[in-house]
Amino acid sequence: MPMTIEKAKVTMPSDREVTVTRSFKAPRALVFRAYTEPKLIRRWLLGPPGWSMPTCEMDVRVGGNYRWRWRNDTDGKEFGFVGTFREVQAPSRLVHTESYDPGTVGDGYPSGGEALVTTTFAEEGGITTMTTVMDFGSKEVRDAAVKTGMTDGMEQSYQLLDGVLQEPGI
Amino acid sequence: MENSRLDATFLALADPTRRAILARLAGGEASVTELAAPFAMSQPAISKHLKVLERAGLISVGHDAQRRPRRIEGRPLAEANEWLERYRAIWEQNFQRLDALLEELQHTPARRPARKRTKKRKTP
Repeated sequence: MPMTIEKAKVTMPSDREVTVTRSFKAPRALVFRAYTEPKLIRRWLLGPPGWSMPTCEMDVRVGGNYRWRWRNDTDGKEFGFVGTFREVQAPSRLVHTESYDPGTVGDGYPSGGEALVTTTFAEEGGITTMTTVMDFGSKEVRDAAVKTGMTDGMEQSYQLLDGVLQEPGI
Repeated sequence: MENSRLDATFLALADPTRRAILARLAGGEASVTELAAPFAMSQPAISKHLKVLERAGLISVGHDAQRRPRRIEGRPLAEANEWLERYRAIWEQNFQRLDALLEELQHTPARRPARKRTKKRKTP
């Protein structure tokens, strides 16, 4: 019987962090590869339709850097993320910094700040659960992130919205 | 502009009393006295919360000049939810592509350089 995989869950565990959780029907060694090998990354880490990923460089070792860049197929504008790996424990844990590269888009995303991204891969019964925690780390970066709409209390908001928005008449 | 409204929405939602007030108003409009009843809180304290909700555009005051009933305004909530949903949806789109890739990888025998393994044929 095919196992149902729940959709991605987004929560706000603290006023500095955003967490994304998702499970995959695959052993974690494979999920880890899909997360770390450029050839594989470029096949899924594409965001909304209409974007491609012309640049994906990964030097997956402690102190190694990565560079991701996406291009809008319509107007050719680009943006990306760059960072450095802080911890590499294949196939269970990956910690890296993440800075926004405004490229030619420069759309007011919080720039200059650096987030710390921790991704863990846990396997059980052939299902791998991936948890990504993005920590903005400082008030400055957090405040910049607030401008994109990620604010304090979003987790509560989300829970509230889950309940309230299901009420008829809203 | 849109961001500052979202900020106001999320700030207003960050408080449990205000969330409870909204949940109550989701069931229909209510006066300040009615809203204060379930809380161990003075009417002025409730009014303060109502002001925050009102400033965020999450509630409005009804026409009855005597009762001045508060009612919920769905639009800012819907906008806030939309933002979260957009964010979540982008991840979900990525993950669905990853699902397909993982499926494919599991059914494609790994390419092993050099070493030959005769006879044993992997079946998908």
